[in-house]
Amino acid sequence: MTHWIILPVILPAILAPFIVLAARYHIGIQRTFSLAGVIAMIGIAAGLAWTASDGTIILYQLGDWAAPFGIVLVGDRLSTLMVLLTTVLALFVLLYAIGSGWDDRGRHFHALFQFQLMGIIGAFLTGDLFNLFVFFEVLLIASYGLMIHAGGNARLRAGVQYVLFNLLGSTLFLFALGALYAETGTLNMADVAQRIALADGAETVGIRLAAVLLLLVFAIKAAVVPLHFWLPSSYAEAPAPVAALFAIMTKVGAYAIIRVYTMVFPPDLDVTAGLHTSWLLPAALVSVAIGMIGLLAAKHLDRLVAFAVIGSMGMVMVAISLFTQTSMTAALYYIVHSTLAAAALFLIVDLVRTGRGDLRLTAQPMIPGAALTSALFMVAAIAMAGLPPLSGFIGKLLILSAAFPTPLVVWVWAVVLISSLIAVVGFSRAGSILFWKAKSVPPGPDTGDRMQRPSILSYCAVGGLLLLLAAHTVFAGPATAYMASISQQLFNPEPYISTVLGTPGKLSTPTEGH
Amino acid sequence: MELLVASAIGILTAGGIYLTLRLRTFPVILGISLLTYAVNVFLFASGRLTIGAAPVLSDGMERYADPLPQALVLTAIVISFGMTAVAVMIALGSYLGSDDDHIDDPRGEDAT
Repeated sequence: MTHWIILPVILPAILAPFIVLAARYHIGIQRTFSLAGVIAMIGIAAGLAWTASDGTIILYQLGDWAAPFGIVLVGDRLSTLMVLLTTVLALFVLLYAIGSGWDDRGRHFHALFQFQLMGIIGAFLTGDLFNLFVFFEVLLIASYGLMIHAGGNARLRAGVQYVLFNLLGSTLFLFALGALYAETGTLNMADVAQRIALADGAETVGIRLAAVLLLLVFAIKAAVVPLHFWLPSSYAEAPAPVAALFAIMTKVGAYAIIRVYTMVFPPDLDVTAGLHTSWLLPAALVSVAIGMIGLLAAKHLDRLVAFAVIGSMGMVMVAISLFTQTSMTAALYYIVHSTLAAAALFLIVDLVRTGRGDLRLTAQPMIPGAALTSALFMVAAIAMAGLPPLSGFIGKLLILSAAFPTPLVVWVWAVVLISSLIAVVGFSRAGSILFWKAKSVPPGPDTGDRMQRPSILSYCAVGGLLLLLAAHTVFAGPATAYMASISQQLFNPEPYISTVLGTPGKLSTPTEGH
Repeated sequence: MELLVASAIGILTAGGIYLTLRLRTFPVILGISLLTYAVNVFLFASGRLTIGAAPVLSDGMERYADPLPQALVLTAIVISFGMTAVAVMIALGSYLGSDDDHIDDPRGEDAT
């Protein structure tokens, strides 16, 4: 049994208290440890992804207790890929936070950042539904702290909404877990999957209820309409690096939906038949539409980007809810793309804010470093809107072609194509107001003090994210091939289940078996 | 006893939802507390209701209560305490800062 898989959870859990206790007043030491920790985690995550890439399922039994009674961490292709994506994103976000000085504007940024990473990575790796809840809470508690980092009234107000909405989500999650436990007597995902497959028609009400409630909870996390309304304020008001890190938090919801609804409630199960196509797909299509229309209507740049996130999350959910192997491949490709693009956009919003002081979409004098910022904005906007040549275009093509054989092809094509057009209009309107019209406005007398040029490190962080996007485009062939192997593993969960339940642990005799 | 537990969960949930829909921080926090009580009782009930049985699994035990829901409830209680404290602090900060305890977006901004 390899111990590597628990390290990405343990390492931030040790680093964060260390940063709080030992390096409280030394921002330099905090930065060094935080960066070193994230770089080490990237190394571990890459190692795990490499181990899992040949189809191996990495199992870690905590305290050597065998599942389903013990807690297990499980790494397959999907979860290790998501861990790798998280750590890489965290590195660039951290570089930006250091470069722009955001981490120094309130206390405990680095400690909370590490706890946040611990929660996200734990949620990706856990093989147990109750521990999924616990890791959700870990990442949420850290995100509450990060969300109101650096204070301010608007941020606190948005923070209250965010916290209360997520508390309601957690309560729903517990109701779902209670219903599921009452029906199956277990919360280990592999074990639940096995028992639900055996359930007959008479005892399915609780299972159905749990499936719907769980879908609601994950939809809250993924900000699917009509459960999206916490997102615009929270993401727009959060500090830029935090909003960029939150780009992976919506993906935690998408990941949980993929994991639970491929393994525990597969689409061919009678109990939950129709949940994806008749409920999730329309909701996802409406999310895409609302995201893009909101993007066109936004009067502030930060709100515009928040709605772009809702739209791209909707796009991911459209691909997921089609629920075929090809559509899952498209969804996974789009998840990686939209995480990187959304994070880059949030950081660019902050580059604009540094120069202008506010984010209203009105013509104002030219910001310092406008040439570079506008170039970065254009690249990120092209990626987000899904124009060629960047990966958004390839992702949308994959989704469209995955939708082609399904009966709902007209709806999917219409919504995806029209909303992309609206997104292009919205982004070009924002870009031209911000960067082109600025040339015609003379600098006012009072703007001198807020004119400051973003640091080189900030540009490097944004540029790095965009380079990753470019790489995601250039290597689209190998990437989609790998995503296809992930979705093939997802739709064939028997090895996962037999690894989790078949591995003996402490006090279990190897001959017993399952 | 089933009727009593079920109606307690129902009443707590109904009260919690009503208070949550008030959209002002103090009632909403109380409402969420009520909801967490409801969910805690619900979790207990998910392991079947038994009276006078210890939550111990060992050889020779005739009757026992399911220990797992009790562990789940314990975790859930701890988490909900922490979360409520955080929510109260942030709500207090927000109220003192903006002199307003509504939790929906203020009018006039592009909240759409």
